[in-house]
Amino acid sequence: MNDHILEMKFITKEFPGVKALDEVSFSVKRGEIHCLVGENGAGKSTLMKVLSGVYPFGEYTGEIYLNGVEQKFSGINDSKKAGIAIIYQELALIPEMSVYENIFLGHEISNNGIAVNWNETIKQATEMLKKVRLNVNPATKVKDLGVGKQQLIEIAKALTQDVKLLILDEPTSSLNEDDCENLFELLRDLKKHGVTSILISHKLKEVINIGDTVTVLRDGRTISTLDAHKGEVSENVLIKQMVGREINNIYPPRRKAVGNEVVLEVKNLNAYNPRIGRDVLKDINFNIKKGEIVGFAGLVGSGRTELALSLFGNPVGYQIEGELYINGKKKKFNHPRQAIKAGVAYVTEDRKGNGLILIQDVKQNISLANLDRVSMRGVVNENSEFTIATEYKDALDIRTPSIEQKVLNLSGGNQQKVSVAKWLFVDPEILILDEPTRGIDVGAKYEIYTIMNRLAEEGKSIIMISSELPEILGMSDRIYVVSSGRISGEMPVEEATQEKIMHMATN
Amino acid sequence: MSFYGDLKKIIKSNIREYGMYIALLAIFIFFTVATNGIFISSRNISNLLNQTGYIAVLAVGMTLVIVIRHIDLSVGFLAGFLGAVAAIALTQWNLPVFVVIPLVMALGIVAGLVTAFPVAQMGIPSFVASLAGWLIYRGLLLLVTLRTGTIIIPNDTYNAIGNGFIPDFPEISFLPGMHKITLLIGVIAVILNIVGEIKNRKNKIAYNFEVVPMNMFIVKLIVISAIILGITWVLAGYNGLSWTVVIMLAVVMVYHYVTTKTVLGRYIYAIGGNPEAAELSGIDVKKMTFMVFGSMGMMAALSGILFSSRLQSATTTAGSLFEMDAIAAAYIGGVSAAGGVGKVTGSLIGALVMTSLTSGMNLMGIDISSQYVVRGMVLLLAVIFDVATRRASK
Ligand SMILES: Nc1ncnc2c1ncn2[C@@H]1O[C@H](COP(=O)(O)OP(=O)(O)OP(=O)(O)O)[C@@H](O)[C@H]1O
Ligand SMILES: [Mg+2]
Repeated sequence: MNDHILEMKFITKEFPGVKALDEVSFSVKRGEIHCLVGENGAGKSTLMKVLSGVYPFGEYTGEIYLNGVEQKFSGINDSKKAGIAIIYQELALIPEMSVYENIFLGHEISNNGIAVNWNETIKQATEMLKKVRLNVNPATKVKDLGVGKQQLIEIAKALTQDVKLLILDEPTSSLNEDDCENLFELLRDLKKHGVTSILISHKLKEVINIGDTVTVLRDGRTISTLDAHKGEVSENVLIKQMVGREINNIYPPRRKAVGNEVVLEVKNLNAYNPRIGRDVLKDINFNIKKGEIVGFAGLVGSGRTELALSLFGNPVGYQIEGELYINGKKKKFNHPRQAIKAGVAYVTEDRKGNGLILIQDVKQNISLANLDRVSMRGVVNENSEFTIATEYKDALDIRTPSIEQKVLNLSGGNQQKVSVAKWLFVDPEILILDEPTRGIDVGAKYEIYTIMNRLAEEGKSIIMISSELPEILGMSDRIYVVSSGRISGEMPVEEATQEKIMHMATN
Repeated sequence: MSFYGDLKKIIKSNIREYGMYIALLAIFIFFTVATNGIFISSRNISNLLNQTGYIAVLAVGMTLVIVIRHIDLSVGFLAGFLGAVAAIALTQWNLPVFVVIPLVMALGIVAGLVTAFPVAQMGIPSFVASLAGWLIYRGLLLLVTLRTGTIIIPNDTYNAIGNGFIPDFPEISFLPGMHKITLLIGVIAVILNIVGEIKNRKNKIAYNFEVVPMNMFIVKLIVISAIILGITWVLAGYNGLSWTVVIMLAVVMVYHYVTTKTVLGRYIYAIGGNPEAAELSGIDVKKMTFMVFGSMGMMAALSGILFSSRLQSATTTAGSLFEMDAIAAAYIGGVSAAGGVGKVTGSLIGALVMTSLTSGMNLMGIDISSQYVVRGMVLLLAVIFDVATRRASK
């Protein structure tokens, strides 16, 4: 009847206190790459969860048609059978298992229904790896691979079933540019083989680059569906439709006030990780001045997070040599608590893993690192906690029905804002931000950049670790490039270009 | 919305919490009917509460251990062993009661810290570390009672902890046969609760917190007041409040306060919710682990004191399976094995459920083998209910 592989009509989904989807209609043409964009909390992930049966028929209202046939999935197994595969942002691989075990996990190959045929499994896994163009030994443990490769393994896993519609929820947020390009090549390849893809992303450049069609959601409603081949898609158009207003300058201007005093200085830092038995940092020397934003560029896995952790009380237990000076005084932190006391804060890159307490509510997460500020003689004053947490919620525009909502129920980007709010609440002198804008929308990015600027203007110093070069170039005063645990270059932002940084990061 | 609509909504959205209260009520009604009212008699309720004491204090300590994602299997025999130490200190070393009790409690704390050491410092699973403790304390208990067998404790002050009741006014003709101080305490508790709840509500409204509608608030106050008055009335009809109940309530109140109102409590639940995030937030996870196990050891000591004083002796098998009852009580009371969730008040209710079952089935003359099966099934049902309602609320 038509060439739509998928049509979702008037989908409404409510959570207590939130209407996540409000009569959303969404259609995908056969064989296209369809991008879904929108602010944090717009309902993108929820829409995909409805589609894949995570929220089964009956928990939402509306209709879903696949190839013109109405579907009422009662669970993800139903949608899988119908040829839908979804890959979540949080990868669902088992780190301790090998690549081939992971690829066939849940549908093992067996001749007699009892014993797994490992030889056949390895053979087929090798084929799947070839299909996703990943050149690794299938016996490698997943934990020994970078995120980019893990992502491809997820896709390989999905492809073992007969997939017609592949959904990727923010697959690129923790990938570097090469890995992204790889992934997109693969998607184009799959497209040629008749696989339709839906891609959720906050990186508008890649949306423009790969999408055939783009659908914009805002506040749980469909705003528009744009055809890239008719030239309807541009960064400005997308931003305007997503945010509802124009943002002219993605990186807000700052009144630069970099002082001369060195606030933090690291000399000859070496770190050895006894768990993996190798050096993670070698001969690190750097400094940060008052009111300065210093960008740390580099590839994913180059050692920047390890560097941050070494400064921040070394919670992982590296063996560390070297000297750390704060305001000229020599310091040694044996626990994050001491670092916090000395005015250092660290926003982690992994908000779910080690940033937030997901089962606790927004206000408890915001206050956790500085409970002293809202307590007297060890007793928490819940009223002042409430008041202060509300201030931070408003300042960062955290979208939640109430600050007593569990963080678990927030959209990914709003979780990130809670994570930032938590460390602003500590009121640090030196703020280390590890991938601060991962997974957050343009509007929220702008808000976080504005906050960074304000802090710098107030004389606070900021270390910004980021894998996104435009962000590094747009926000930093000075840039260090990290490569394989060493600092491979330093330059003021005026002298920096993407090519120069990439060159230093890769050699 | 209508009154019943509101009521239904509130019960529905709090079903997990109210579920165990309803279950406890159902158990009470069932046994009362099945025993022709003997179960609800003053004497039986008084006994039942006294039997709950030594399990409840363990369950309270265990709640925190499970909240921080650990377990302590050693506490049953630790309680038994420390009870024996108390008996020896009283009878052989001739130490006064007021020295023995702090001494034994201190030993309990030390024992808890010893269990915590391999767990916190070396990352050894607490299941294994405390299983070793289980064996060690069992051995030590047998060792110290080897020569004497059961140690009789002929000390009235000590034995009053497990058997005595709080004093009453000297003869007043008003309400003969009732324990007046118990009634007075009940009335004071009701007033304090009402005043506290009203203050709390006003505060919440002032800060725009969500509050239940006024009529529901009143219903809640009436129900709670009725329960407190009912229990005190029943107890006052026998000998009044026992020292065991006083100790048990004091422990629950202190732990409830610490877990819900203090920075320490926040830290414990944060560690349970996500230990890595807690560590990066500046919380000293090791230190807190020591504290939680130390508190568990102290509760084991208290449990040992309550039990030995109740039996007026220390036996060679004292404390066996206490840890299992305490763990079961905590799970019935709603703690989550995944960590970070669970209330000490819930564990008190859980302990009451366990002892009510024992007491009721004893009264009905059901033999011990069937009792284990029933208690096992109740535990399973409670946990299934917990998981099901948790999923539904998601
Ligand atoms: N389980 C839940 N319980 C309550 N509210 C929820 C739940 N899941 C999502 N929400 C709410 O529904 C809305 C849509 O969330 P969703 O995760 O779909 O956003 P999103 O568009 O994917 O955002 P992001 O870009 O930040 O990932 C948000 O307001 C969120 O708080
Ligand atoms: Mg999302």
